[in-house]
Amino acid sequence: MKKLVKVIALVLCFAMIAAFAACGGNKTDDQTTTAPANPGTAEAAFKIGLIGPLTGGAAIYGNAAKYGAQIAVDEINAKGGIQFEYKAEDDEHDPEKSVNAYNTLCDWGMQVLVGPITTKPAVAVSAEAAEDRVFCLTPSASSTDVINGKDNMFQVCFTDPNQGTASADYIADNFAGKSVAVIYKNDDAYSQGIRDTFVAEAGAKGITVAYEGTFTDATATDFSVQVTAAKAANAEVVFLPMYYEPASIILKQAKDIDYAPVFFGVDGMDGILGMEGFDTTLAEGVMLLTPFSADDPKAADFVAAYQAAYGEIPNQFAADGYDAVYIIYEALQKAGCTADMSAADICEKLVAAMPTLSVNGLTGDGMTWDASGAVSKAPMAVVIKDGAYVTP
Amino acid sequence: MSSLKKSKLSASAVRDYFSFPLVTAAFFIITFMSSHDMLNKRMQGLLVPVCCYIVMALSLNLTVGIMGELSLGHAGFMSLGAFTGVVVSQSLIDSVPNDILRLVIAIVAGALIAAVGGFLIGLPVLRLRGDYLAIVTLAFGEIIMDIVNCLIVGHDKNGLHIIFNFKGEKTVADLNLAENGTAIIKGAQGAVGTKTIATFTAGFLIIMLTLFLVLSFIRSRTGRAVLAIRDNRIAAESMGVNVMKYKMIAFVLSTTLAGMAGALYGLNFNMISADKFNFNTSILVLVFVVLGGLGNMLGSIIAATVLYILPEALRGLADYRMLMYAIVLILVMLATNNPKVRNLFVKILPKRKSKEGAQ
Repeated sequence: MKKLVKVIALVLCFAMIAAFAACGGNKTDDQTTTAPANPGTAEAAFKIGLIGPLTGGAAIYGNAAKYGAQIAVDEINAKGGIQFEYKAEDDEHDPEKSVNAYNTLCDWGMQVLVGPITTKPAVAVSAEAAEDRVFCLTPSASSTDVINGKDNMFQVCFTDPNQGTASADYIADNFAGKSVAVIYKNDDAYSQGIRDTFVAEAGAKGITVAYEGTFTDATATDFSVQVTAAKAANAEVVFLPMYYEPASIILKQAKDIDYAPVFFGVDGMDGILGMEGFDTTLAEGVMLLTPFSADDPKAADFVAAYQAAYGEIPNQFAADGYDAVYIIYEALQKAGCTADMSAADICEKLVAAMPTLSVNGLTGDGMTWDASGAVSKAPMAVVIKDGAYVTP
Repeated sequence: MSSLKKSKLSASAVRDYFSFPLVTAAFFIITFMSSHDMLNKRMQGLLVPVCCYIVMALSLNLTVGIMGELSLGHAGFMSLGAFTGVVVSQSLIDSVPNDILRLVIAIVAGALIAAVGGFLIGLPVLRLRGDYLAIVTLAFGEIIMDIVNCLIVGHDKNGLHIIFNFKGEKTVADLNLAENGTAIIKGAQGAVGTKTIATFTAGFLIIMLTLFLVLSFIRSRTGRAVLAIRDNRIAAESMGVNVMKYKMIAFVLSTTLAGMAGALYGLNFNMISADKFNFNTSILVLVFVVLGGLGNMLGSIIAATVLYILPEALRGLADYRMLMYAIVLILVMLATNNPKVRNLFVKILPKRKSKEGAQ
C-alpha cells in the first residue's frame, strides 16, 4: 500500500509538470478587445469569437492566428464603420475542450466564429455550429471533414486534398520523369490526408512513387531509417507533407548521409526558417507550397504591425487569422448585416453572400468560395534561397 | 474495540449509500434548472462529459481503491467503449431509428467489448504486482490507442467493413464501400460525423447503475475476498482465496464500467479520435480518484465533478487558469493528506456546529 502511494505521488508529480507545461504560452495580453468608444458612425459592435489552441503543444498555431486576427480587428475598428468586439478562447487542441470553448463564446453572445484553428476541434465544433446556425470561417483547419455537409462552414486555407493534388500536379509539371519518395505522419489527419490525395494524383499523372515512409508522434525524432530507404530507392524528389519540426530533422539527417534530392513541402513547412536553433543552410533549395510569405511586399504593413506588437515574424497561421477577419468584414458589408441581428440571421445572410465574394488578402488574390465552403485561390510554390522564400 | 470498528464500518456505508440520494437530487435540480433556462449553454455542454468522467472515476476507484492495484491505462478501455459505441450506433442508424434504444444497444456493446478487452489484458497483467502492473497497464493504454489509430471502419448495405491500416498505406477508399456507404472511423482522423444521441438522463442512469454495481460488489462475498487480497495477499491466499480469479472479476467489472462511460462519451461528440484517450486522460481520471479518496466512491463523484468543471469555470482567468487548476490540486492534496490540517478540520468543524447550535 505504501509503495502504491509512492507511485501515485510520483505519477501525480508528472501530471503537475504536464499541467504547468501546458500553460507554456505565457504571453499575457488582453483576451478581449472592446470596440473603441466610437470613431465616426454610431454603430454597435459585432461580437467575433476565435477558438484555437492557446496553450499546449499546438499553441504556436492558435496564438499566431489569435494575434493575426487581433491586428485585423484593431485595423477595422480604427477605420470606423463596422466595429468588432473580439474574444479568443483556448481549446488546447482537444475537440472536447473546443466544444466547451464554443459554448462559452455562445454564452458571451458571439455572432460570428473565426475558427477553430486546428482540424479535429474544427470538425467537432462545426457540427455544433451547424445545428445552432452560427457562421464559421476557419483560418487553417484544412480537412474536408470540417466543411463536409455543413453549409455554414468556410475555410481560408486550402483543403488537404487540394494541397496533395496541387503538389502532385506541380511535381508532374516541373520534375517530369523523376521518382518520388513520400515521408508522412500516419497518425495525423493533416499529413495522412495530403499523402492520400498526393499518391492518388501521382498515380493519375504517371509519377512513380519509389518509396513511402511513415512515422508517428512517438517516432518523430529520428528519421534515419526513412531517409536511408529513400536514398536507396534513388528518389530524386522527396515529398514531405508535415509540419516543420519533423521536416527539419529529416533535412539534417539527409545531409548527414550526403543525400540531396529536391525536398518538397506543403503549408505546414512554413515556419521552418523561423525555427529556433535551425541551420537555415539546410533548407537551401527546399520547395514548398504556401499561401503566405512574410517577405511579400503586400504583407509588409502586416508584418511590421505584428512584429511591433508581438516581437516575432508572423507565420502563415497569423496571416490566415488576419485574412479571416477581413473576409468576415467584407462579407458582413456585402450581406448588409447589422450588429443587432441574431447569430442565426447573420449566418443565413453570410452563407448566401460568401459564394458571391472575391477578397484580396495576404494569403491569396481574388479568393472565392463555392457553396461547399472550400476556398479557391492559386497555390504559390516558393523555393528557399539564402534563407528566404523566392518564387522559382 | 469491536464496537468502534462496527461504527466505523457503518459510517463508511452511510457515506457510500448517501451517494444515491445526492446524485438523484443533483440530477433533478439540474434537470429543473435546464428546463427553466437557468443553465447557460456552457454548463449544459458539460453535463454529459461530467457524467462520463464520474463513471470513469468510480470504475478506476474500483481498481485502485478497492483492488489496490494501480492502473495507468484506464482511458484505453474508455476508448474501446467509445469506438465500439460509435460503430454500433452509426451502423444501426437505419435499422434502429429510435435514438434511446440505439443508445442503450451502443452502451451495452461498448461495455461488452471493454469487458473482453479487460479480460484479455487482465490475463497477463494481473499476475504482476505494484509498479510492474502500473507500467504494463500504461503500455496497454498506449497500445490500444495505436491500434485504434490504425482502424478504418465503414458501413454499407452489405454490413460492416473493417481493415487495419498497420503499414499506413490504406485509406477509406480501400474499404470498397457500396453506394450510400459511410465511413465511420477513418484511422488517425478518428470517428467523424457521429450522430450525437447521448443525453444527460442516460448519463445519470449510468452513474446510478455504476454506483449500484460497485457498492454491491464491495459488500458482496466476492468484494470481501478482493478487499482481503488488497489488505494482505498472503493471508488471503492461505485462507484459500483464489487471488487471480477475484482480481480478474474486479478488473473486468472495472473495465466494463469504463466501456459504458466511453460509449456515452463517444456518442456525445460529433468527432472523437484515438489520441483523446491517451496517458493524460488516464492520469486525469486517476487525479479524480486520488483526490476524492481511494475507496471513497462519494469522494470520486465530487472530485470528478469539481475538478472537471473547475478549468472551464476558470476560463475568465485566461492564461492563468491551468496554473490556478494546478494550485488547487496541490492545495487539496496537502489539505487531505496532512495530519495537522486534518486535525485542524476536525477541531474546527464541531466548533462551528456548536456555534451554530448556540445561535
